[in-house]
Amino acid sequence: MTFFDVMFYVLAAMILLSAAIMVFAKNLIYNAVGLLFAFFGVAGLYVMLGADFLAATQLLIYVGGILVLLLFGVMLSQRITGLEMRTGTLQMLPAVIVCAGVVAILLRMIWMSPWQKTEVGEPAATTRTIGTLFMTDYLIPFEIVSVLLLAALVGAAFIGRRDAR
Amino acid sequence: MRELIDALLHSETFFAKLSPTLLTLIFMALGALLIVLVLALNALIAVYAERKVSAWMQERLGPMEVGPRGILQTLADTVKLLVKEDIIPAAADKRLHWLAPFLAFVAPCAAFAALPYARNFVFANFDIGVFYVTAITSLSVIALLLAGWASNNKWALLGGMRAAAQIVSYEIPAGLAILTIVMQVGSLNFNDISLAQDGGIHHWLIWRYFPFNLIAFLVFYLATLAECNRTPFDLPEAESELVAGFHTEYSGFKWSIFMLSEYAEMLLVALVGAALFLGGWSSPIPGFLNTGAWGVLWFGLKGVVLILTHMWLRWTLPRLRVDQLMHLSWKVLTPFSFACIVGVGLWMLA
Amino acid sequence: MTPVGLTHFLVLSAILFALGLLAVITKRNAVTVLMGVELIINAANINFIAFARYLDKDLDGQMFGVFVIVAAAASAAVALAIVLNIYQRMRSVNLDEADSLAG
Repeated sequence: MTFFDVMFYVLAAMILLSAAIMVFAKNLIYNAVGLLFAFFGVAGLYVMLGADFLAATQLLIYVGGILVLLLFGVMLSQRITGLEMRTGTLQMLPAVIVCAGVVAILLRMIWMSPWQKTEVGEPAATTRTIGTLFMTDYLIPFEIVSVLLLAALVGAAFIGRRDAR
Repeated sequence: MRELIDALLHSETFFAKLSPTLLTLIFMALGALLIVLVLALNALIAVYAERKVSAWMQERLGPMEVGPRGILQTLADTVKLLVKEDIIPAAADKRLHWLAPFLAFVAPCAAFAALPYARNFVFANFDIGVFYVTAITSLSVIALLLAGWASNNKWALLGGMRAAAQIVSYEIPAGLAILTIVMQVGSLNFNDISLAQDGGIHHWLIWRYFPFNLIAFLVFYLATLAECNRTPFDLPEAESELVAGFHTEYSGFKWSIFMLSEYAEMLLVALVGAALFLGGWSSPIPGFLNTGAWGVLWFGLKGVVLILTHMWLRWTLPRLRVDQLMHLSWKVLTPFSFACIVGVGLWMLA
Repeated sequence: MTPVGLTHFLVLSAILFALGLLAVITKRNAVTVLMGVELIINAANINFIAFARYLDKDLDGQMFGVFVIVAAAASAAVALAIVLNIYQRMRSVNLDEADSLAG
């Protein structure tokens, strides 16, 4: 067991445990806390895979942005006085069967596929390369994504207004 | 860090017999312990300093009883806090009530690992140190929201939501001001940024591209002051309207952890400001004590000066209203920081 | 035990995907369904980064990862605005009750 292996199993346990809390807890805030630790674990995986820029992006956008949005959404869309923030479930048994089937298919596919593995060296610094790629090969997607963000900003502000009529 | 571990592994000492995994883990634990100890010491000194500063500004004496000139007062207060009964409201959510203060403390602690303490010394020499610090500190928003909600008290909840809204708003001008510096140095690594301003006070980035960097520093200073929830931006814990904000229902040990993280965050933003704009570990006088471990002294000194200005402002200015707060963030600081980025960018092209 | 490689990451992401799917299918509350969607997106992103590390010399996988995160942020913002609007109209965010478009 190298340090890499230990870290992987620790992070994997953390991600799956917190994702399970997210899925099976009845309380909305507990779901959000489960999601928080799952995001952290995934950021840790990115670091292990040599994607440090992406790990920081994950923390900044998911934890600092999306999760705060979700928590605000929870708190603004419930009767926030009192701890009655429950979320019900529907058709748990069929859903579990379907999801187990999906996992089985995915695992079979992972084992059957002949992956063309390349040599894995020490992870190199990625930030400069990513920045260059944004301004060269990925310029069009970059611009489209910025327009998308602007549209989402305006749209969300309009839809979320109290008197959007 | 990694170099040190490698050196120990190849040395003749007893460390060479341990496995690399174990040694790495031991070093990580030791580093974390060191940071926690320094932060605890920081809170002890800062609370005393704050009380003395406020006393001087109001022509009082401040704490005088415990120890010479009262310097042991905060130590006594800490002992008192630790042995106090830990009260959890009956209707609160116990588990999250426990989790929130620790989550609030983890964020600044984790950020301290990336700061440049001296020439060629950081705990973790991140390529993306600046970005990492901005990213990890956003965790404290979640902690405050959770603390407010778990207390099951309307003052706490309102305080928590106010704090979250305030921090999220002020992260944007702070991030943009940091971007101005990152753009001109061309690196997200704290050590590169400090290296770019080595060699005396006139090389500090705050003077470069005048007046854009000066404006960027002011934007960063005000925005981070607001992120620390300090007066004049202390609406989340405005005692006259919200009792004590998100930590209304906290007492004893857990309350002291909130205080610890608040002072840790103050130190963090002061040190980040010093590293980005005020030369980091480099000496203000060219060639004077500008080597090795002296860097820690200069870096700490710059941080302390910035913290003292935080305290000075706290005891001088009244509190803003919520609409003024949002006005300042979105209509003043954010446009100014954009102007800095565009100005510096054009200047660099010219 | 085999050393950790590509397969380990893929298995982890498959399980994470299934958990997200489970939340999307079973939860009644719209915000929790959104959380499930975020889990699914994270699972997909783990795959992108793992492939970028183990199968590819370039950073194309990481570029996709960045775009995925940005798109997820945009969708979360719009979706939450819709949830808040539903709440203002119906005083509830349970998806099985928001059925006024069903014939």
